[in-house]
Amino acid sequence: MGGLTLNYIIRRVLIFLLTVWVSITIIFMVARLAPGDPISAMVAQASASMGVVENQDAIIEGWKEYFGLNDPIPIQYVKFLGNLLTFDFGPSLIAFPARVSELIARALPWSIGLGLVTLPLIFFIGNLFGALLAWRRTPGPLKAFIPMTMIFTSLPSVLAGLVFIFVFAFRMKLFPIAGPFGRGMQPSFTIEFISSLIHHGILPVASLVIVSFGFWTLGMRGMMVTTEGEDYMTLADAKGLPPFYVLYRYQVRNAILPQVTALAIALRTLGAGQILVEAIFSYRGIGTLIYTSIRNQDYNTIQGTSFVVILFTAVSVLIIDLIYPLIDPRISLEGN
Amino acid sequence: MGAATGQTASLAAPRKAGRLNRFDNPWLNIKLVVGVIMVGSILLMGVIGPLLVDVDLAYVGRSPLNLPPFCFENMRGEGGDPTHPLGTDNSGRDMLSLIVIGAPNSLLVGFVAAGFGMLGGIILGFSSGFLGGLADDIIRLSADITITIPSLLVLIVIQSLIPVQSLLVMAVLLSLFAWPQPTRLIRAQVMSMRESGYVKMAQLSGVPTSSIMFREMMPNLLPYLAASFIGNTTGSILAAVGLEILGLGPQRLPTLGRTIQNAIDNSGILRDMWWWWGLPTVILIVIFIGLLLINLGLDEVANPRLRKATRQ
Amino acid sequence: MAEASGQDVQRRQRKVLEVRNLRVHYETPTGDVIAVAGIDFDLYDGETLGLVGESGSGKSTAAYGILKLVQPPGRIVEGNVVLDGDELVTMNDSNFRQLRWTKLALIPQGAMNSLNPTMRVHRQITDAIEAHEGKQDKEELRQRVLDLFRMVGLPQRLYNMFPHELSGGMKQRVCIAMGIALHPTVIIADESTSALDVVVQRVVAQTMLRVKKALGVSMIMIGHDMGLMAQMVDRIAVMYAGKLVEVSPVETIFEDPLHPYSQVLIESIPSLKERKPLKITEGITHDPRNPPPGCIFQLRCPFVMEHCRSEAPPLREVKARHQVACHLYNDDGSLIEGVKVEAAV
Repeated sequence: MGGLTLNYIIRRVLIFLLTVWVSITIIFMVARLAPGDPISAMVAQASASMGVVENQDAIIEGWKEYFGLNDPIPIQYVKFLGNLLTFDFGPSLIAFPARVSELIARALPWSIGLGLVTLPLIFFIGNLFGALLAWRRTPGPLKAFIPMTMIFTSLPSVLAGLVFIFVFAFRMKLFPIAGPFGRGMQPSFTIEFISSLIHHGILPVASLVIVSFGFWTLGMRGMMVTTEGEDYMTLADAKGLPPFYVLYRYQVRNAILPQVTALAIALRTLGAGQILVEAIFSYRGIGTLIYTSIRNQDYNTIQGTSFVVILFTAVSVLIIDLIYPLIDPRISLEGN
Repeated sequence: MGAATGQTASLAAPRKAGRLNRFDNPWLNIKLVVGVIMVGSILLMGVIGPLLVDVDLAYVGRSPLNLPPFCFENMRGEGGDPTHPLGTDNSGRDMLSLIVIGAPNSLLVGFVAAGFGMLGGIILGFSSGFLGGLADDIIRLSADITITIPSLLVLIVIQSLIPVQSLLVMAVLLSLFAWPQPTRLIRAQVMSMRESGYVKMAQLSGVPTSSIMFREMMPNLLPYLAASFIGNTTGSILAAVGLEILGLGPQRLPTLGRTIQNAIDNSGILRDMWWWWGLPTVILIVIFIGLLLINLGLDEVANPRLRKATRQ
Repeated sequence: MAEASGQDVQRRQRKVLEVRNLRVHYETPTGDVIAVAGIDFDLYDGETLGLVGESGSGKSTAAYGILKLVQPPGRIVEGNVVLDGDELVTMNDSNFRQLRWTKLALIPQGAMNSLNPTMRVHRQITDAIEAHEGKQDKEELRQRVLDLFRMVGLPQRLYNMFPHELSGGMKQRVCIAMGIALHPTVIIADESTSALDVVVQRVVAQTMLRVKKALGVSMIMIGHDMGLMAQMVDRIAVMYAGKLVEVSPVETIFEDPLHPYSQVLIESIPSLKERKPLKITEGITHDPRNPPPGCIFQLRCPFVMEHCRSEAPPLREVKARHQVACHLYNDDGSLIEGVKVEAAV
């Protein structure tokens, strides 16, 4: 295609690497800046809330070793960098002696699955509605209906989740209140399991979609209005092309380009929203893991999980940035 | 008006009168006004509320436990009490007092964070645009990185180890993620202004560049900066509420997020204590929709084309 | 310059496009801006009509009115446009869409932004062909596009390019190729060369003229450059503030411009032989929302009379094929008594 210039790729990759490095450094600094000895404090808090902690000495020893607390700071830092980059986050406090990386590996597929359903849904519904809202030929009733679907826009998804749990799960009993699938089930490729999975997934997905798609609708509408005024739209009309063809091949195709860049920025908010929604639905993903580890002061898990989410976001942003030039033929000009 | 032929005038006249105001002052569009009223009433509640409501009831153990709002019943069949019109929570906190203090608290955290972010953005944006070179590169790169990092996760890491007990500290932490957008806006504007002819003319006539640019830029930039401020306020409140629901942030100060977290922790939904989480949720909905309306209104100020699109 | 052969003359008796009392207004909060204030003209088979006027005179709006492409807040208030016997203004959208490009094509102003940036050049030509002629064999389509490229002098390598990879002149040629793709009856060229630099402008103009002659289409060419017009068109229609003030064969108007505004326009063509100051009372124009009663040009006219301030002069034929809207002339084209026009020329 020739759309990707070397400069552009280098800059994007550089930003990605710096993002990861800055995040690790912040996490390291926070641990060092924390008042007192974080390890003993956490173990003390844990034993206060859970009663007697077995293996207390082993935990403290494991952590001391993991943090390398006897080394000078720069060496600690280098070790820390190495540990995080190799996904070695040490042992978990609540699930000791399980490693944090094992917990994350177990939770991550659930979160990715939820995200892979939600994000395309938000992008598709949002842009479709935005395009229809701005298109001259959209039937009036539809144009009046779309804004009504957007009343939840900008709310925190977690609030939508609370309302949905209360109304649809608790009161109307249409959906299960929590969990990713029915109790006592084993993950398998049976119709029964998959339908249970979908049944449990509808409310979390709906809470995430309903608060977010409106932004895409508004953004798309704005871009459609801008595109509408372009000369090539006038010429497309003058050519007598079928209206629907003009809509998707001329107007939407051009209006959607900035929306794709916006996707990279939206990932941040969406990730945060998903964590909270998972937490209140006790979904088996990263969000619930973070929630329980905050509750149990399991700092190792908090740190490791947060890093993985940051890394994940950065990778997704990088992928979107690298895909973008492929769909916008003009971007090669900017690099030169 | 009215000068064209009779036929023309009759064709054009009917829709004219209603539109005059909106065209004359774009800042008076309906969305903006309604949004300001919604957000303003929350702030007003913070000012007037304490005069009418005993705010001390917002703390633990000041009232009977688990009371439903007046005219409702809780699961045990107890009726509401007119002295606690919105009910009480499981530790004897009065919901009305909680909301009267908590709502403005939550809103202010957002405003203060966005304010600091804006301040940083103005300083960095101007530096970036004026100094250029290495300073510009560094500022731009920092903005790009900050925008990529999900703020909630960094704040979780920080606050889970270093507990935050003051709303101001919370706001400052949130503002660390609120500067890139205003920085980018201002930088872009400074750059395009530097190239424009009339700034060069002004330079030739001896007017200091910075003062000219500041004066010429602000009117253009104002709706965008305002929108960015409101956007950051929304984002900061969102993050603050998120942290509070996860159990972080100030634990002793009443905020809406803290109130919701308390409800979740004590199974407010499953015990049908809807007022525990429902009332702060409603207030948050008012805040978020109000802020969104303000933002949409500002969009129309900045982009007149959208106004036309709305009209049809 | 158009030299008419005997056969041409015969063809040019037939009107292909009749515009009657076309009015286009733009709505603004303080009243309608009258962009086109009721114009009448005919386009004959095979001829090129130049529509000239300063910017803001409504010439482009008139063209977009004929094409029914006026964008809101603008709208056609009244008038008729008859193309080959079909009334366009009242025709419904889907019927008019069939007729677009097959009978009435546009070569747009500022070809810079007239091409879809996310679509390869050839596809923007073939989509118009397929929209009107249905799906076609790929190889045939390709040959057709390459033939069009050859006609307008474009190299074959552009076939698969995106618009941003083309120069301004190339884009304009693509637009010309696009315009002639379906052999339309009438082509409207809207300032098609004014965004280009002077050399490219001439070359593109010549291409347009050559293609036009080869295909024998009728053409309305919109522009403000009287010099360029002189070389390219058969007749000129001069527009001022939304009205046609003079319509005349090109030779006649350059030798004997009748309307004071046309005189100023023609005088303003720079000449090497003599250097003279530009003669125009600039700046005194009326509010386009609120035109004064009487003649549209009264505020800038050096010969304005009492009569001009109360009664608008109609466009009428005062000499052979030469129409003017001015009170200075009798019906036979002679000056009315007591006026010395020499002062102006």
